[in-house]
Parts: sequence; structure tokens; C-alpha cells
Amino acid sequence: MPADTVSVTGWGRTAPTTARLIRPRSYEEAAAAVRDCGARGGIPRGLGRAYGDAAQNAGGAVFDMTGLDRVHAIDADGGTVLCDAGVSLHRLMEVLLPLGWFVPVTPGTRYVTVGGAIGADIHGKNHHVSGSFARHVLSFELLTADGEIRTVSHGTPLFDATAGGMGLTGVILTATVRLQPVQTSLMSVDTERATDLDDLMARLTATDHRYRYSVAWIDLLARGASMGRSVLTRGDHAPLEALADRTRARRAPLEFRPGSLPAAPAWMPEGLLGRTTVGLFNELWYRRAPRARSGELQRMSTFFHPLDGVPHWNRVYGRGGFVQYQFVVGYGQEDALRRIVHRISQRRCPSFLAVLKRFGEGDPGWLSFPMPGWTLALDIPANLPGLDGFLDELDEEVTAATGRVYLAKDSRLRPELLSQMYPRLGDFRALREELDPRSVFTSDLSRRLGL
Amino acid sequence: MKDAFGAPQSMLVLGGTSEIALATARRLIARRTRTVWLAGRPSPALETAAADLRVLGADVRTVAFDALDPDAHETALGKVFAEGDIDLVLLAFGVLGDQSRDENEPGSAVRVAQTNYTGAVSSGLVCARALQAQGHGSLVVLSSVAGERARRANFIYGSSKAGLDAFAQGLGDALHGTGVHVMVVRPGFVRTRMTTGLPEAPLATTPEAVATAIETGLRRRSETVWVPGALRLVMSTLRHVPRAVFRRLPI
Repeated sequence: MPADTVSVTGWGRTAPTTARLIRPRSYEEAAAAVRDCGARGGIPRGLGRAYGDAAQNAGGAVFDMTGLDRVHAIDADGGTVLCDAGVSLHRLMEVLLPLGWFVPVTPGTRYVTVGGAIGADIHGKNHHVSGSFARHVLSFELLTADGEIRTVSHGTPLFDATAGGMGLTGVILTATVRLQPVQTSLMSVDTERATDLDDLMARLTATDHRYRYSVAWIDLLARGASMGRSVLTRGDHAPLEALADRTRARRAPLEFRPGSLPAAPAWMPEGLLGRTTVGLFNELWYRRAPRARSGELQRMSTFFHPLDGVPHWNRVYGRGGFVQYQFVVGYGQEDALRRIVHRISQRRCPSFLAVLKRFGEGDPGWLSFPMPGWTLALDIPANLPGLDGFLDELDEEVTAATGRVYLAKDSRLRPELLSQMYPRLGDFRALREELDPRSVFTSDLSRRLGL
Repeated sequence: MKDAFGAPQSMLVLGGTSEIALATARRLIARRTRTVWLAGRPSPALETAAADLRVLGADVRTVAFDALDPDAHETALGKVFAEGDIDLVLLAFGVLGDQSRDENEPGSAVRVAQTNYTGAVSSGLVCARALQAQGHGSLVVLSSVAGERARRANFIYGSSKAGLDAFAQGLGDALHGTGVHVMVVRPGFVRTRMTTGLPEAPLATTPEAVATAIETGLRRRSETVWVPGALRLVMSTLRHVPRAVFRRLPI
């Protein structure tokens, strides 16, 4: 089996560590890799879109699961797919859209694997309606520390530990996922501007239920009266009748055509995304957006995955990399959200494309991130002076408001706060202790946070 | 594990009573460090240093370590790494010696060289191997501007630091790509016990300033750090001064 010793980082390109990268080509090879991974254990990795150190394992093994990428069976009537965990959502869209189906949940990038989607229990713009990814997973096959393959059904403790379990219960090999029917590959999108944070929260609270997909881009550099000014984009899959007659779109309504620009160069200078450039970008983005527009037809890639249009966009932060901070605070904690947005804007963190969203009901995954409330996600260059202490202060606010931060994005949380944020952490640890007493499944994240 | 900002959770100090090392430990405990190992010759000073750090909330343990006994390095340091990952090794031991006495007593000059250089080579290699096995971690080596160019006034100490500096640079290159990061720190005149009573040199600094520079260097994954930073420019100028002039300079 090919194994290279390589330096591994997450999407944020901070804290590199070295591991043996093993790329299994069959389930047997995967089982052998798990059995033979040595004292420092192993961790599955997909397309490496987790921002922090979730799919790294210093001195041990990292299982690159993207070699196992077969779509086994599609039930085109019932709307389910059985596929390998290494299949990307991009691939699923290519395969499923011509049949009139779409993935149940997609995050801001379609370059994540099904295994990663379950391991991080990802959410998308439809969380307030559809919940997180694992809600739509009927069952999966899990390769556990003993080298055995178990079939795990929805609603069992092992399922709930694995959904959001960051790959620490085992390697997901295949999954059966329930799909979303669509008539076209276009989105019907309503855009509106909110002048400040209160306006934004009022609009989202009042009308979010009318849309399947909803998200707000928020300008965190705006201060004073316009603090929290935002552009809301909300919509649903366009029905067939929304497409004009005798157009290409109408002739091939289910065609999937994501566009792509050239990749970001391998080397970019540091500090390109400073306050001035990001401030200018945010200003333009806000001004460019219409005050109100409804029913605009957009490609799926434009609506869901704008950043996928620039491959390796994470390189624009330069060698120092960046940190993504995403937290959620429950409904009723709007004051905490206001305080945090205020602090970020006062500090002038150069964060472009921060997003705010309302979550619906949480899902049963023990370490699953979403809970009913407000979630804010922002990118910040890691070399910003004093950022470490500043984010610690935000953690305090989030914890005080009984919120939590998202482990798939974390690269710097203070470990002591974890059990307050995730009350079922004890159950998770107990299950791991029983299932994997030698800690075969270990990652830099699990070492850092003591998962 | 170190976090995205290079803040370690565990550290091992070789030379556990070094003022620079303890200032660094205090800074890092305020961030993420929870486990500290102080390695040094058993002494009340070592225990006091450990107690002072414990007050700050860290789990601090001491381990017997003597730079002049390289045969014991493997065992003593192996014990530390066996207890868990070490994110940061701070190689901080060293002696200044007494230049005028050492010139007349070769035996004591050799002790300076053995402590600062061969002791560091031995313990540095032991730690490097352990760090390489865990696939991550930083080895921070306290060198000195004195090693950049030997001066008449302290060339015995300077030559030992020159050897240490060259060793650490080479080790850093050897470990490139293994996940282990080696950082050479070159402070100028630092006001510590070691330099008490000596005439202060220009651009003198404090242990706290060196600690700050180390924390920043870890964050940036720097390979060389000068403290204060201006010394980089000063020393690169001094390097190119002709010998005949250099030996007459009042430094």
C-alpha cells in the first residue's frame, strides 16, 4: 500500500505536522491500514476542507479515503444513494442532478467527502429547514479500531457518536444518504440588504421560514450605525416553470455547469488581506448588492459555492494561513451576539465574507455543532497581532451564553471550555474508551482538546 | 499539540533555572501551556523555580539532568518523552565562564565548551529524535550574538556558542520536512544573574523581552530570532569589518 511521509495541514494552513499518508484502494486495505497503524494511531481524511487540525495526526498515520470513491447504487425512485465515503459532494451532484436529485445538505464548498460530511456533521444554508447532514444518512458502514466493519443505523449510540465525531470512532467506508428532489439545476434567489445587525436579525426572524435556503453575508468592518450591515441571499430550487421557454436552461434544466477561474498561485505575499483591502471589498460587495430583488435565477455553484470558483483560494492568506472562527449562541442570547459583533468591528478584524445564519433544531450527534440559534462564521488572517487572546475572549462570551464553537473549524480552542460547550462529551469519551481502548483513532485535534 | 498560533501545551526546559527559560515558561503558561518539565541539576533553586510556575496553574515536574554527563541524557530525557508529547523543548543551559581565568586554566575553559557545546549536541540530538518520532514540536536553542563573531573579550564563551549555533542551524535543516521546527535565538546582552557585575553592552535586553521574541517566533515558525531585532543589522555589519579593525574595536 503506498505510504508517503508528508506534512499535513487543514484548509487554514496553520500548525503543520508530519504523518504517513496511506491511501487505501479497497476495504481490505483500509482494514489492514487500521490494524497496522502503530502506536501513534491513525485518522481518516477526505478532501482536507476542515480548517484546523481535525484530519492531521502527527507522527502517526493519516488515511486518505479519497481513493475509495465509487457510487454503488442510486435509487432514482425512492431518492437514496449508496456510495463510498470518499465520494465528494461535487461528484454526487454530477451524478445525481441529471436524475433530478440533489444532496440533502451542502456546505459552502462541494469539495467535501461524504465521510467528512458525517464526521463533521456539516450544515448548510438549509439548516433551519433540513437540519444537518447526518439527519439524512440512513446508515453507514464503519471500520472500527478492531479492524471489523460494522453496519451502523440511524438512531443508535454509535451513529450519534460518529455523526460529528471527527473521525474518532472509526473510518466510514460507505453510507446510504436520502436525497432532495429538484426539477432544475438553477436556484431562484431573493436578495435584500439589511442596514444594520438589528435590521438583519429582524428580517431573518420574520421571513426565514419562507425559504429553504437562507444566509446573510455580514460586513464585520462596518462600525457605528451601520455595524452588522448585511446582504441576505435566500432562495429555493427553481421549479421548471420558472425557466423561460426556448432557452438553453429550459432545454437542459438539470445540467450541472459549475464555472471555475484559474487557481490561486502557490505563493502569495502575506498581508494581502489587510483592513484596507478587505474594507474596500466589503464596501463594494455591499454596494453592489440590490436593495431588494426577487426571483433571480442563479447557478447552484454561484449560490452555494462561490469560493469553489477559485481553486486553492485558501492560499490568498499567504504562508501564515488563516483561522476560521464559527460559533453558535441560542435564541434569547441575541445580546451576546450583538456584543461579539460589536467587539469584532471595534477591533477592525479584516474579515471578508463573514456569514450569519439562523439554525433550526439540533441533531442528536453527541459532538454535532448546530443547535437552535444564531451562528456566525468569519475568516481572519492568523498573523493578526493579538488574535489569539482576542478569540479567547470571544470564547468566554460564547461559553457564558451557553453556545459553542465548531470543531471542524477549530484550531485554537482552550481545551477547558470544551465540556461546557458540548455537554455530551463525557458520553463520547466513554464510548471511545470502550470501542477503542488503545486510542487507535487519534488526531491532532483529539490530542489538543483531549477528546 | 501546538495551536494555530504556535502556542505549545507542554514544554521541556533544559537548564531549568535559566531566567530566560522561566520568563518564557511564564508567558506560555498564560497561553496554553499546562505541562512543564524543568530539567537541571537537582538543587533548591530548581525546586523553587518549579514551585513558582505551579502557582501559575501549570503541572510542573523536575527531572535530574546534567549537561556535563552526556551518557545520562538518553535515559533522563527519554523518561520525559515517555510520559507524553512535548510540544516545545527549550535548550537554555549555558555558562559564561570567566574569560581571563579560563585563558590561564584550560580545564575550566573546557568546562565552558563542554557545557555550552557538547552538552547541547548530546541533549539536542536526543530531543530531536524524540520530536521526530512524534512528528511535531519545536526545539528552541538559546544561542548568543557572541557566537556570531568571536571577540577578544569573550572568545571562549563565544566559540562555544558559535559551535552551538552552527549545530542548531544544521539540525534545523536536517529536520526540515519532519514536522519538527528548530529555532535559533540570538539574544544580545541580557540582564540576568549570569551577567551581573558585567559592564552593560549597547542594546541590552531583559529575559522578558527574549520570552516575548520566542513566543512570536513560535507563532511565525521563524528559524532565527535576534533579540532585540536591531542586532541582526548590527551583527551583519560587524561580520564584515576587517580583522585588523575589528580587534581594535572597543567591544
